[in-house]
Order: sequence, then C-alpha cells, then structure tokens
Amino acid sequence: MIRLSREDRILNAFIYAVLGIALLVVAYPLYFIVIASVSDPAAVNTGTVWLWPRGINLEGYSRIFADRDLLAGYRNTVLYTVAGTLLNLALTLSSAYALSRKDLAGRNVIMGLLAFTMFFSGGLIPLYLLVNNMGLYNTFLVMILPNAVSVWNIVIARTFFQSNIPDELHDAAVIDGCNDFRFFLAIAIPLSTALTAVLTVFYAVGHWNSYFNGLIYLRSKERFPLQLILRGILLQNQFQTELQTEDVYAAKAQMLAESIKYGVIIVASVPVLILYPFAQKYFVKGVMVCAIKG
Amino acid sequence: MSLESTMKNRDGVGLTGRAIRPDGRRAVPRGRNVHPGLHAFLRSYQLYLLLLPTLIYILVFHYGPMYGVLIAFKDFKPHLGILGSPWVGFRHFIRFFNSPNCWIIVWNTLGLSLYQLAAGFPIPIFLAMALNIVSGRYFKNTVQMVTYAPHFISTVVMVGMLSVFLSPSYGMVNHMLAFFGLERVFFLGKPEMFQSLYVWSGVWQDAGWGTIIYLAALSGIDPSLHEAATVDGATLFQRVRHIDVPGILPTIVVLLILNLGRVMSVGFEKAYLMQNALNLGKSEIIATYVYKIGLLDAQYSFSAAVGLFNSGINFILLLTVNRISKALGQGGVW
Repeated sequence: MIRLSREDRILNAFIYAVLGIALLVVAYPLYFIVIASVSDPAAVNTGTVWLWPRGINLEGYSRIFADRDLLAGYRNTVLYTVAGTLLNLALTLSSAYALSRKDLAGRNVIMGLLAFTMFFSGGLIPLYLLVNNMGLYNTFLVMILPNAVSVWNIVIARTFFQSNIPDELHDAAVIDGCNDFRFFLAIAIPLSTALTAVLTVFYAVGHWNSYFNGLIYLRSKERFPLQLILRGILLQNQFQTELQTEDVYAAKAQMLAESIKYGVIIVASVPVLILYPFAQKYFVKGVMVCAIKG
Repeated sequence: MSLESTMKNRDGVGLTGRAIRPDGRRAVPRGRNVHPGLHAFLRSYQLYLLLLPTLIYILVFHYGPMYGVLIAFKDFKPHLGILGSPWVGFRHFIRFFNSPNCWIIVWNTLGLSLYQLAAGFPIPIFLAMALNIVSGRYFKNTVQMVTYAPHFISTVVMVGMLSVFLSPSYGMVNHMLAFFGLERVFFLGKPEMFQSLYVWSGVWQDAGWGTIIYLAALSGIDPSLHEAATVDGATLFQRVRHIDVPGILPTIVVLLILNLGRVMSVGFEKAYLMQNALNLGKSEIIATYVYKIGLLDAQYSFSAAVGLFNSGINFILLLTVNRISKALGQGGVW
C-alpha cells in the first residue's frame, strides 16, 4: 500500500468525520424512538430520556395492541399489500417479458403508449370520477386496481429481461417445442429472482406505506389501511381523545398519548424495516437497471 | 397492421420468427389471404395475451382519465355525465388565473420544489463520493445500511415523527432548545419554517437511498485509472476531482434533467399531512389545492382545470428539458 501524503490523510479524516456525522444524524432519531417507546411517558415528555430508556414502561405497547382500529388497520394493510403486490407482480412480469421480445410486432407502439402515461396524466379529479363511476368507491378492490401496475417498473423489468435472458435460450427452447407461455413461466421467471425480489419490495413497501387511495376512495373505517389509522393517532391525536373519555386524568392522558406515538411508529414501521435487509443486496442491481435506462 | 410488420423487419429479428423455425411447424396456415401483419400477430398471440391485462389497465386507468379531463372545459354535472355537460371553454382556467390564490399556490409549489432540488440533489452525490473513498468495509456497510433505512418509512410516519420531535411542550428538539436556554418554538405552526422542514426531513429520509445510483456509477470506473494516477503522484483530492467527478457526470446530468422536468409536480402526501391552519400560506401547493377544491368542495370542473394546467406545465417542462439536453449533446432521456 502506498503511503498516504499529509494532505490525503487530512481529506480522509474529514471524509470519515462527515460520514460519521451523517450516520449519527440518521441513526439517533431512529434510536430515540425506540428508547422513548419503552420509557416512562413522564420521563420522555419532560425531556430526561436522551441516551438510554428510563423507567421501563410498556403501557404504551399494551394499549397499542389492545386498540381495535389499529389492529383492523394492520389486518387490512396486510391484505391490501399481499393482494396488491401479487397483482402488481403478475402484470409487471408478464407485460415486461412480452415487451422484451424483439419479435413482438408493434412493441414500440405499445411501449410508447405506456411511456406516455409517465409524462402526462389526466389528473386526480377525472380519475376519481372514473373510479366512482365504476362502482369501486369504498370497496376492497379500490385499494388494488387503480395501482395495478407501475410503468416505471415495467421499464425496469423489461430492461432486465433483455439483458439477462439471451435470445439463444429462447431459440433453443423453441426448437424443443416450448411455447411462449411455458418459456415465460418455466424459464424466464426462474432466471429472474433478483428482479422479482426488487419488484416485490418496491411494490410491497408502496402498498404498506400508501394512504392516499384510502383517503380519497374509502369511507368505512373498518376498511381503512394502517396508514390512515396512523394519521389519526400521530397527527390528529385520536388516542388522547380516547383516553380522556376513560377516567384518566387529562394531564396523564396527554402524556400517555404522546408516548404511545413512539410505539405506534415502531409497530407500523417494523414489518417494512425487517423486509429491507433481506432484499438489500438486490437493490443495487435493481437501481442499476434504472441507471442503464436513465 | 402494416406498421407492425415493418417494425418487425426493422428490429431485424427473424430468430424466433416463423420463417426459420427449425422444426418447420406452422402454427398459422399462411394462406394468400392472411395479411403479413395479422400473421405476425397470430404467431405471437401468447405474448399479446401476456400483455393484455396491462394494456386494459393502462387504457382504463390512465387513458380513461385523459378523456375525463374534458370536464375541465365543461360545467360538469354528475347526473349529466361527461358528454352531456355543457361546454364552457376556458372559463375555469381564467377563473383560476384571476383568483388571488393562483400565483401564491404556483409560487409555493415552485419554491418548495426548487428548494428541494437545491438541497436534496447534491447531497447524495457528495455522500456517494465519500462512501466510495472510504476503505473500511465494516464502516461503509454500516453507514449504507443505516442511511438507506429511513427511505422505507412511510410519509405518515415521517410527518408523525416531525410532529412528535417538534412538539412545543413535549418534543425533544424543544427540550434541547430549552436546555440551552433558548425559547421553545412551534416549528410546524410557522409558515416560514414549512419549506425547510419539508425539504430537510426529505433529505434525512432519502439522501442515503439516493447514493445507490451514484455508487453504481462510481463502481463502473476503471480502478486502473486510480492506480495510474496514484503512481503519478496525484493526491486523493486530485483523483476525486479528475477521475470520480467526470466518471459520474453523465449520471448526474441525466438525473438533473429528470428532476428539472418534475419541478412542478410536488407530491400531495407530505405537504397535505404537514399542513395546518397556521402554515397554510406556505404549505398550500397545487396538488393539495386540487384535492381540496375538487374532492372536498366537489368543484370537479374547476379542480380538473387546475390539475390539467399543472400536468400541462409538467409535460412542457419535460419536453423542453429533454430538448435542451439533446442540444447540449448529453443525449435525451428518451
């Protein structure tokens, strides 16, 4: 190894310092939420919790897991996420594979038709009226159908198929009497684990985190996705109102409601954050495909 | 149909085409009456079947609303339907341009977006270059792992975090201010703070994630360039300046173009969640305005007109920016 000059060592130290600060700035709020969620509400709210939890108190969590709305929202979101992601994957993979085939007549026209929707849209109101006219308002399907596929992901998947499934493979399969359906299901899909993993994470996280469709298309609370319930708790202080109707002192109710928020943040984000390290190794590949396209 | 067949020829791929199918099977009898375009269609009907659901979806949910946007030029009454409602020309647009809100909202949208671009665009580039230099694998992986994570937090939770951290009487930021003897601030209630909170919380959430694409570009740089430069006595800074920066410049340009094209399309979700009665003067943007007048006040036509104005500007912006980039020799995005 070549010895670093003085100047280089200074720059190197500076870079480590900057990255170290970036690491702390990102990590500390996340860490704080964790310790605040298990600490005594009074200690959190008076600002004595900084580096480690104080007066371990799990009342917040017990109230969270006893909250009907929150549990229903959780269940709904799991349903929307699973069903929505399966539909997303089916449509994205099948259409992207078809569009990746150079012998598909008219594929440039179809690709143009799809790509145009990335640059121009009719807007919120016409879409809303359309969805209502189709009778989807306040149904299970409305959380899935309007976002059945993302054109951007089709582009990613198509690029992946083009660069990973060689034409020769298809030719060989055709000689052996394989048709397009079978080639897609038995050869193209199994060869695309990385792609499927990335798409699954992108779509699933999107469903899990979305609240906009629920906000505009749902009326009944029992269908609300988790994020809408969270909005009530985190931003409209619903827990506080609920606690006040019980015989909890107002001041204590307010404290408890504040500290419940930390627990809620964790309970809502953990499933997504668990998913992410598993798929992390695929992200670079996935985003690189975007870069090639870009 | 003839268009389709020319396209097949232009792509020049006869590999899987019928003509040279080695087994000599003919799925479609090629009589004189079969048009060549139709023939190409029938040959790969399975591929079209794979495409069909997506095409239907795109036509219904994307092109459907493009047709529905006609109501921007009509006085839409739900019971009359889109076609039955009377035409009013550009009345809704004129009303919007003449309303005192119009320019405030456009300006808020543009200001927020440019601020976001100015802060959010360069930071991932610097982070990526720094990460690329760092040699300690463990440290590098930790930084990446941790800074990617906030990307997966939902907007609701992100804004919820802002509200708990910044709460005037309970939030940790205000406890810290109080600890240093400063006055407590109701950050979310101050219009002048809105854009900074929006942008910097966005940087906190996405800067790490944004490095991925630059790291990929950096990993594509030939290491022998660095070795040769080191042998020739280049300092670390010189190597970054003359090897890394030119190496990722094309990626930077393309991403900048894409971002510039999106300058008027600030998303609805975060701004709407961060809004309250106090900061409305700065936090009302086109997307939230369309939602409120359209869905809450049910002024469908007016709201559709405002939305169309916005999509129109976006579209023109993208075309312009793409044209400029082609003129500069950077190649268009498409």
